[in-house]
Amino acid sequence: MDWFIRAMAAFGQGVRASVVDTGRAARYFVRLLLASGMALGRPRLVIDQMHFVGNRSVAIIMVSGLFVGFVLGLQGYYTLRRYGAEQALGVLVALSLVRELGPVVTALLFAGRAGTSLTAEIGLMKAGEQLAAMEMMAVDPFQRVLAPRFAAAIICMPLLAALFSGVGVLGGWLVGVPMIGVDDGAFWSQMQAGVEFVDDIVNGIVKSVVFGVTVGFVALLTGWDAVPTPEGVARATTKTVVVSSLAVLGLDFLLTALMFGTR
Amino acid sequence: MDRKKTDALVGLFVLAGSAALVFLAFRVANLGGVDLGNALEIRARFDNVGGLKPRAPVKSAGVTVGRVTSISFDDGTYQAVVMLALDRRFQFPKDTSAKILTSGLLGEQYIGLEPGGESAMLAAGSTIAMTQSAVVLENLISQFLYSKAAEPAAAAPAKAAPR
Repeated sequence: MDWFIRAMAAFGQGVRASVVDTGRAARYFVRLLLASGMALGRPRLVIDQMHFVGNRSVAIIMVSGLFVGFVLGLQGYYTLRRYGAEQALGVLVALSLVRELGPVVTALLFAGRAGTSLTAEIGLMKAGEQLAAMEMMAVDPFQRVLAPRFAAAIICMPLLAALFSGVGVLGGWLVGVPMIGVDDGAFWSQMQAGVEFVDDIVNGIVKSVVFGVTVGFVALLTGWDAVPTPEGVARATTKTVVVSSLAVLGLDFLLTALMFGTR
Repeated sequence: MDRKKTDALVGLFVLAGSAALVFLAFRVANLGGVDLGNALEIRARFDNVGGLKPRAPVKSAGVTVGRVTSISFDDGTYQAVVMLALDRRFQFPKDTSAKILTSGLLGEQYIGLEPGGESAMLAAGSTIAMTQSAVVLENLISQFLYSKAAEPAAAAPAKAAPR
């Protein structure tokens, strides 16, 4: 009987801890949203952060987009050729990029490239007691430090995803048309006939905004919660990548089911 | 880093991202192909629309001249009512006929318009009188099979008769 009570107690403690964590995360989220509204009144801070998370991610996003486009062009061609539908290569490349790969791969790369540095920065600020010092001076670190980074992540994600998709389509075109020899006119016209602005492109942008919120929030909260030691910051950085990647993939399934599931 | 340089780089980044969005909207999705803001609404009734979908193209002589706006069912005549939005730049005679066609063997379905010879033109809200339904593959196959099945039966008595 004794072991049963102990097991139940452990279980109950686990449930209570996860409820508390969820509630705390939700409270931070609301606080971050409120602070972000105010952060937009100080665009200087947001612009600095956009340079930090946005500009510096452009190179990796564009190179990845180009290569993903190359691979889609090659793989798509070999599959479509079996059915004599090489002309549909443009549609295949554009739809897979705009609907799925653009937002998702950009979010994963963004988590690795920008999310980790945000977490490490906040974690080290906390370890160096800079955040505590700000509070001493009656400066709200949520408004001064976290909110501009959060706003910058939300603004940068859709732009980076659009760059990824755009460069990817060009990559697919490079492999498909000049290299393999698919007809140029058919490539573009089939794409234009098959891709809808609202259904495909706007939904892709909505996805990338949601992913920007997710990655930004996870990165900042993990940094904020980091144990203020070198080891703690290292763990927090790893946790950011794992949690935000899983959250992005899970949310992607949910969003895809909501947006495209009924058709 | 220099304040101005940072601002310029961020501006460049936002510009590049927006350019990519514009590229996706106009080059990939062809937003603003056929202008439907100023369109001529025409109705056409079909016995069977097959796999026709809203936003399918309406073509004449192979050129897209409009789009299908809606497809509904009329339980008075048990026919499908298809609303077409035609580009106002083009005028079609009143006795124009509409067919549901398929592009390629397995392609999407579209509406083909064949102009007639009348001098009066179709006005907004008018109905196309002559229509031809979509070809349903099952009906085509069963017709073919029935005609094949009927052949030997028809041929046998003809041979038997002179004897």
